[in-house]
Amino acid sequence: MVKLTINKIPVSVEPGTSILEAARKVGITVPSLCYHKDLCIAGNCRVCLVEVKGERTLTASCAVPVYEGMEVFTNTLKVRNARKNVIELLLSEHRCDCLKCEKNGKCELQDLAQEYRVEEKSFIDLSIGKRIDRSSPAIEKDDSKCIRCQRCVRTCAELQDVSALTVARKGEHMFISTFMHKPLADVVCTNCGQCVNRCPTGALVERNYMEEVWEAIDDPKKHVVVQTAPAVRIALGEDLGYDPGERVTGKMVTALKRMGFDKVFDTDFTADLTIMEEGTELLTRLKQALVDKEKVALPMFTSCSPGWIKYIEHEFSNNLDNLSTCKSPQQMFGPLAKTYYAEKAGIDPKDIVCVSVMPCTAKKYEARRPEMKASGFRDVDIVLTTRELAKMIKQGGNDFRHMEEGEFDSLLGKSTGAAVIFGATGGVMEAALRTAYEIVTGHEVPFPNLNIMPVRGMEGVREASIKIEGCVDAWKFLEGVELKVAVAHGLANARKVMKQVAEGTSPYHFVEVMACPGGCLGGGGQPIPTDMETRKKRAMAIYEEDEHMEFRKSHENPEVKLIYDDFLEKPLGHKSHELLHTHYTKRMTK
Amino acid sequence: MVLDRETKLKKLKEHQTKVNMIFQDQDCGQMLDKCLSMSPDEIIAEVTESGLKGRGGAGFPTGLKWKFAAEQKSDVKYVICNADEGEPGTFKDRQILEEQAAKVFAGMAICSRAVNASEGIIYLRGEYNYLRPRLQEELDAFNKKLKEKGFKFSIIIKSGSGAYVCGEETALIESLEGYRGEPRNKPPYPVSHGYMNKPTVVNNVETLVYCAMIIRMGNKEFLQLGTKDSRGAKVFSVSGDADVEGIYELELGMTIREFVDLFGDGDTKAVQVGGSSGHCVPRRDFEKTIIGFEGVPTGGSMMLFNSSRSMYHVLHNYLEFFCEESCGQCTPCRVGSQQLLRGIEAIKKGEKPPEYLNELKKLAETMKVAAKCGLGQSVPNPFLSIVNNFYEEIIF
Ligand SMILES: Cc1cc2nc3c(=O)[nH]c(=O)nc-3n(C[C@H](O)[C@H](O)[C@H](O)COP(=O)(O)O)c2cc1C
Ligand code: SF4
Ligand code: SF4
Ligand code: SF4
Ligand code: SF4
Ligand code: FES
Repeated sequence: MVKLTINKIPVSVEPGTSILEAARKVGITVPSLCYHKDLCIAGNCRVCLVEVKGERTLTASCAVPVYEGMEVFTNTLKVRNARKNVIELLLSEHRCDCLKCEKNGKCELQDLAQEYRVEEKSFIDLSIGKRIDRSSPAIEKDDSKCIRCQRCVRTCAELQDVSALTVARKGEHMFISTFMHKPLADVVCTNCGQCVNRCPTGALVERNYMEEVWEAIDDPKKHVVVQTAPAVRIALGEDLGYDPGERVTGKMVTALKRMGFDKVFDTDFTADLTIMEEGTELLTRLKQALVDKEKVALPMFTSCSPGWIKYIEHEFSNNLDNLSTCKSPQQMFGPLAKTYYAEKAGIDPKDIVCVSVMPCTAKKYEARRPEMKASGFRDVDIVLTTRELAKMIKQGGNDFRHMEEGEFDSLLGKSTGAAVIFGATGGVMEAALRTAYEIVTGHEVPFPNLNIMPVRGMEGVREASIKIEGCVDAWKFLEGVELKVAVAHGLANARKVMKQVAEGTSPYHFVEVMACPGGCLGGGGQPIPTDMETRKKRAMAIYEEDEHMEFRKSHENPEVKLIYDDFLEKPLGHKSHELLHTHYTKRMTK
Repeated sequence: MVLDRETKLKKLKEHQTKVNMIFQDQDCGQMLDKCLSMSPDEIIAEVTESGLKGRGGAGFPTGLKWKFAAEQKSDVKYVICNADEGEPGTFKDRQILEEQAAKVFAGMAICSRAVNASEGIIYLRGEYNYLRPRLQEELDAFNKKLKEKGFKFSIIIKSGSGAYVCGEETALIESLEGYRGEPRNKPPYPVSHGYMNKPTVVNNVETLVYCAMIIRMGNKEFLQLGTKDSRGAKVFSVSGDADVEGIYELELGMTIREFVDLFGDGDTKAVQVGGSSGHCVPRRDFEKTIIGFEGVPTGGSMMLFNSSRSMYHVLHNYLEFFCEESCGQCTPCRVGSQQLLRGIEAIKKGEKPPEYLNELKKLAETMKVAAKCGLGQSVPNPFLSIVNNFYEEIIF
């Protein structure tokens, strides 16, 4: 342990701890902007300056490790003046229009300006006019609000290994750009929104579609249905005054009903459906490979994360056959709402507006893919993030905390614990195994209480293998097979797994990939801030919810059984192919 | 006392007979033999006792740097010769490389023995690429000689990426590694985590030549020159309103007055010591200002201004340079430089009152202590020294 003093308070921390972290440990806050717990240290914003005895200059506390006997002062006049100057400089470059800004009230720059009582323009206004890139349907980039902290650049490079964003030019002309300064829609960006989630200001935000939703609700001719993804309910509370990890499922449903949606459905229902389709697809591929000796692409990869889909389309376009052809649960829901539900409810599908609430920005892009029109209409019309929903709940004027618990509407509203865990990395794998194993053997997966612990957790790549024993007749060829699976989250980890596939050395049968660290619970559309601690709390909430569910296996979902009986007939059947499966597109690598 | 040009040149010649280490021809084979006859500790002691400080601008004691690097335990260590020379008005490293490249190589080899490094890299300013074929030829011969003499060390040349900031040692290393030339956070310093995260000594071209000479001749001669804080001599690039221009090796510790008498045109009103990032010394301070680490340190650039020059324009030029050449990553430097520039423009145009200069001075003080690297930290040097000494020229 290293002993030092901060503001004369003795502190003892692990070697290698930064001054900033050491200070936070003893309850001293040091302001920061470029620092983010998930990212490597940049040390470029310079608001975290402190005084270290014996140093000629001030020290960036985020970037400098402590040493024995160090004497740190975090709140001297010299420090305060320098920090204030730095904030003034940032604001002088900044197009301040807080009232109109997406980040108003949730902006780290604004908070600091308030804390340091900085006047908006103490220096000469250097801000550039609006320079907004709205080419992507998911993400909006506004250079005039950028403080060049490079959190986005580090996110895209370190966590996602995509490097769609780079630092361009130098000096006064330095800015955050893309390959050849192309619009975001024309580069390798996956729309994952992880950069948005880490941008301290309004420079990177999701495309906001709140107004479109209010308009649809207000239109008497429209029948507006909403679906909510599994990871929304365990994080929404954070933007409404709850602590990370508090589930607000029932209140969320009530809030949506009060906002005026005609039906409040659950994406969890189509998550269960995904398992039925994807599980069957996996088993079919295994049969083709093992019995029919056909050439079939293995390992099979999950396909519910649209950021991951766009990534593989760019980076590993020779391996698109390895992707499951299943649409994501969001995109399975859309066409079912406009066919099955429309039929049952007797509503003309052209009058149905399908809204979805997602933890994800990439889903905004996914909904607009040209092929996503299986119902004959745009399957999903408007995609909101968890953050947008929180804002709309506030706009709606409802007291969320005191709202009663509501229930999802039926037909597309019932779900199981298997669907709930889709929100966490490893969840799709666990759900698929619970079902597939039982189809093949007739009994439950051999893990206590159905909890497949080896695929849970926050390790970047996790692997597991299950020996298949006691197969029923139809699946006898799988008797004794070691089913090898892997789980990766964050695209940098996906690349590790994909590399093996591209090189032909992958040992797995089935791999789950989620574009975002932690899976959907850490999605780009989730409440900010996100860090490992928050992600772990959200994951705990998800597994808790699973344990409390009446059904915990997708194939036990009564509404899923009903839809197969009434409409789809069987997994991978003709209708399924038409509505629930898709194809992929090769894309350029720059 | 205004001397005519002839007399100045004569006096300079006299000076040069006393001080002639950099451009004196030497047998590099003998230098290497001498080096081999000494232990690493002895080499470091010899350099340390000479009092030599880095000639690249920052003035870090060279012996100490080598000692730190020598103490690191690592299978691979590097010696980098900083030949990025980007400071406007500085061209001494170019001349040294043109005339005495072998001595630069020898300095690197000596360093390699001192710190136990296996690879040497010369980071050559992009604009000096025309030197490369000749340098490479000499280097090939030198590498061969190293091998013959049993050194486990060889040197390669890499071209710089054309930005001033890449002369800053950690930006230089980033650039060598193929990244954008952005200075790193320090600590850790290159001596422990440098190129490829391995212990690395970065030295200026001129520093390395002095090292070679100190090893060749012992440090006695070096110690006789200069002052307590500024041992030895250094190479100056003299430009501006000068009667005599060019590259001269001069003893450290002379006053600006003595310097101006040797080089000036008789009407010198200010000398910018150390280039754009250095200090501007006004005429009234010529006598009392010593050229050296106790007074005004310099990487070698000496620019003279006579009374026909507008110091506003001089400052304006420097600030424009920094607005352009800042790497742009840190707030105080990227935005601060622009504010200083736009600020003096606004005052000049009457858009801001003269008192606004006080805000700018406070900002300059912040930049000194808040910027991430030497570039941003030294923008205030020309700013404050010109604004404080030529207030009227800035305001009116
Ligand atoms: C902006 C900036 C530019 C620099 N440019 C150079 C340069 O061109 N050449 C050089 O030798 N040192 C340059 N330096 C200093 C180097 O960072 C480093 O201190 C030096 O190379 C160490 O060598 P020395 O100890 O032999 O002087 C620069 C420093 C800064 C901050
Ligand atoms: S980014 Fe922050 S400071 Fe800037 S306009 Fe938006 S809320 Fe205000
Ligand atoms: S959305 Fe994702 S892929 Fe696109 S720039 Fe941001 S982090 Fe990179
Ligand atoms: S876009 Fe946001 S995260 Fe990226 S550099 Fe600008 S302010 Fe920082
Ligand atoms: S001081 Fe200037 S050059 Fe140095 S890191 Fe900061 S912006 Fe870059
Ligand atoms: S938070 Fe430390 S420099 Fe930005």
